[in-house]
Amino acid sequence: MIGLEHYLLVSGALLSLGVVGLLTRRNAVNVLMSIELILNSANINLVAFSRFAAGGLDGQVFAVFVIVVAAAEVAVALAIVLTMYRLRRTPNLDDADILKG
Amino acid sequence: MTAADYVFWVFAILTVGSAAVVVLARSLIYNAFALLFTFFGVAGLYVLLGADFLAAAQLLVYVGGIMVLLLFGVMLTHRITDLDLRTETTQMVPGLIVGVGLFTIMAAVAFKTQWPEALRPLGPTTSDIGRMFLGEYLLAFEAASVLLLVALIGAAMIVRRKKDA
Repeated sequence: MIGLEHYLLVSGALLSLGVVGLLTRRNAVNVLMSIELILNSANINLVAFSRFAAGGLDGQVFAVFVIVVAAAEVAVALAIVLTMYRLRRTPNLDDADILKG
Repeated sequence: MTAADYVFWVFAILTVGSAAVVVLARSLIYNAFALLFTFFGVAGLYVLLGADFLAAAQLLVYVGGIMVLLLFGVMLTHRITDLDLRTETTQMVPGLIVGVGLFTIMAAVAFKTQWPEALRPLGPTTSDIGRMFLGEYLLAFEAASVLLLVALIGAAMIVRRKKDA
């Protein structure tokens, strides 16, 4: 029987993989993908608790807000990455080490 | 095991397996398309959890919107002549140690805690979520709409080429 802990396990695996990607990737687009993995793992948690803890639909409403924030975040972050690429000709985050554009 | 349990394992393996490809594969294109399958897997998990509206929103927003944006990011940050879109990794061993440690702790917590047994009955959720948006969560709903507008204008402002610069 699949219970809450199985969903938490999937969500934990997704979060850990996202953290590994954040720590090890140099390409800015890869880092954005890792952030999306982490946000999705949080969403799985919210929806799973909304199903198994009988707390009503508040978890799902929170998850919708997380999706909204993720969409806004990825749009602005890609704009920044494109501007950085135009200035420095590199998508690697550790080459973007100047403060003055 | 019931049929729903098998479906859960299929979606769980699809989600986690393609997330591993996102993080570990070297080619940027492989990463992007593996992320697509991760989003599909998460949408499947939402369906199993009885969140029908959220599964549809996940497909529309993530697969239709965020995925396309990320693919644009992949295409626009590489010269067309770069057929080989390989990316570099740094600090692989410390990163893996942190990730495995994190997962071990969370798995231990998930299986050792006594969770409440109650189950929310399954049923359509869209109308209830809509009522909550326009009732209890009205302020947050309006703030989210302003946030989306600001992000839209801000993204356009940031990528704009300045004429005088």
